[in-house]
Amino acid sequence: MAMLTIAEALREGIREEMMRDPRVFCLGEDIGISGGFGGAFTVTLGLSDQFGHERILDTPISEIGIAGVAIGAAMAGLRPIADVQYGDFLFCMMDQLANQAAKMTYMSGGTVAVPMVMRAPVGSTRRGTQHAQSLEAFFTHVPGLKIVAPSTAYDAKGLLKAAVRDDNPVLIFEHKLLYGSKGARSEKGALSPIGEVPDEDYIVPIGKGIIRREGTDVTIVGKLTTVYMALAAAEELAKSGISAEVIDPRTLVPLDKELILSSVRKTGRLVVVEEDNKTGGWAGDILATVAEEAFFYLDAPVKRISAPDTPPPFAPVMEAYYLPSAEKIIQTVKSLF
Amino acid sequence: MQQIATPVLLDMYRRMLTIRRFEERCNTLFMQGRIPSTLHLYIGQEAVAVGVCANLRLSDYVLGTHRPHGHAIAKGVAIRDIMAELMAKDTGCSRGKAGSMHVGDIRVGMPPAIGIVGGNAPIACGMALAQKRQGRDDVTVCFFGDGAANEGAVHEAMNMASIWALPVIFVCENNLYGASTPYGSVSKLENVADRAVAYGMRGMIADGSDVLAVYEAACDAVSFSRKGNGPVLLECKTYRLCGHSRSDPLTYRTKEEEALWRDKEPIKRLGEWFVAQGLKTTADLAEIEREVGLAIDDAVAFADASPYPLPEDALKHVFYE
Repeated sequence: MAMLTIAEALREGIREEMMRDPRVFCLGEDIGISGGFGGAFTVTLGLSDQFGHERILDTPISEIGIAGVAIGAAMAGLRPIADVQYGDFLFCMMDQLANQAAKMTYMSGGTVAVPMVMRAPVGSTRRGTQHAQSLEAFFTHVPGLKIVAPSTAYDAKGLLKAAVRDDNPVLIFEHKLLYGSKGARSEKGALSPIGEVPDEDYIVPIGKGIIRREGTDVTIVGKLTTVYMALAAAEELAKSGISAEVIDPRTLVPLDKELILSSVRKTGRLVVVEEDNKTGGWAGDILATVAEEAFFYLDAPVKRISAPDTPPPFAPVMEAYYLPSAEKIIQTVKSLF
Repeated sequence: MQQIATPVLLDMYRRMLTIRRFEERCNTLFMQGRIPSTLHLYIGQEAVAVGVCANLRLSDYVLGTHRPHGHAIAKGVAIRDIMAELMAKDTGCSRGKAGSMHVGDIRVGMPPAIGIVGGNAPIACGMALAQKRQGRDDVTVCFFGDGAANEGAVHEAMNMASIWALPVIFVCENNLYGASTPYGSVSKLENVADRAVAYGMRGMIADGSDVLAVYEAACDAVSFSRKGNGPVLLECKTYRLCGHSRSDPLTYRTKEEEALWRDKEPIKRLGEWFVAQGLKTTADLAEIEREVGLAIDDAVAFADASPYPLPEDALKHVFYE
């Protein structure tokens, strides 16, 4: 059992999958340059020394090309792990992800598999509006993509391994403030959870959520950083006699709907917390699902805490206003009683 | 052209004729309301797909476009399966999930054709990368049009193919119009192939109405890439002797221009060459015509007799199982 950051856990997951399966390779910008920094957040640092530059493939700055090459390589028998430096750049490759990767199996009547992984860092971290978005809802809306969002080192490694072994395109959304990257790539204001990661092979199955804290009065659902905000809020709420259950779905598609529904049937209250902005968002969809399928168990309106419908602002004071927080969660939960 | 073996020449003639008659039948079926979608027909461009694919093996890949029936027939997708797909039947090559713009059959090396202009080029690079990594001396052919030449995806793909010396043959079917837009109004270069130099790639031009010229150019390009020398950009000058889609009234081209290209259309041209060379008589060609007609009849009968998918089959194949 080792204590690893998420960046380290992802790196070990990639290393083990590449050792296990010669079909696995990585491609992306600045991921394996000798003397470089191992990708924007150090996840692939050192891997080109071990596996060489063919299997840790540095690409031109060509996001459409990166996605397309990953798709084609996957269709022809390899297992690519592609990455973008910032999730925002997924927009550059939108056709490849939404029209090609997501639809290839369907368009082939189920005969063509696209076993590719696309890793993308998300989250507002004071880089301005084009390096800060949370794009999960854009992609949860596209049928044919599986989507995971690990918030712990254990899940990061286990979900990455499950994604590599899956026969479908899997997007991994990683949060910049959770990596725990060191040195020049470390992040100000990072949470950087360090967690126990087994030495032996394991996966975290895609599609299985987890209860991070058990409770009886309210269900709080979060992902990535908002899981930690929810846990901090639950700790505070306990002092006021409110017992909050915190759920981390870990996989966004396919969603572990039953885990959330059974929790809400028990608590009668639901708050979903996301860093994404509100309209057409991920949280709204979970609220709708609960309203459709567990309405008669509810004791209060379903609530979401989302960013406002603005681009992510830069100035720290505005960013703090924009982002969810434990304090906002506490206020919202208390309003339900 | 004398060195092309007669069986190869005959097979190319038969395939071009199969594409032509297949497309004409599709048009009739569309007018009868039996094909429930628009169609981008390949009439006039047969020599390109056939001349290129005659140089390929089963394990080579072909990536088609929104005008893919010719690519599919040339690569060996069964016309029964294509016709059933067009008629939205459960026996279609995509089980009725995809329709005209996405025909293909991975078992013969053609994944579903890509309906997004230029979207197939980066995927072709990925497939070629896999072929190379797996130690196969196979190649991937990426068909694209003069319109797609101006897509960013094609630029990114050509650069990647070049820097990694991928076995991709980018075959530009320059039919002079992107839908209704003349090629000359969207490029300052006379030839798409002239762009090859910008990628450090070999560029070639062939008369796309002459299947022998396409075959020879493709033979050169394919063997070049097969040997590990990297990609080739092969531009075939061709012409669509029909509208862009079934709703195209063809009011943007002159009758004179159409007549010029009709005069040198590839099937008649090869047939006349056969007779002039003394390789075949007009009676022999008529027999091929008859056999092709029977094959098309059989494909339509197969599609007609096939069941439609169940409505709820729409839920299947979202993910690979």
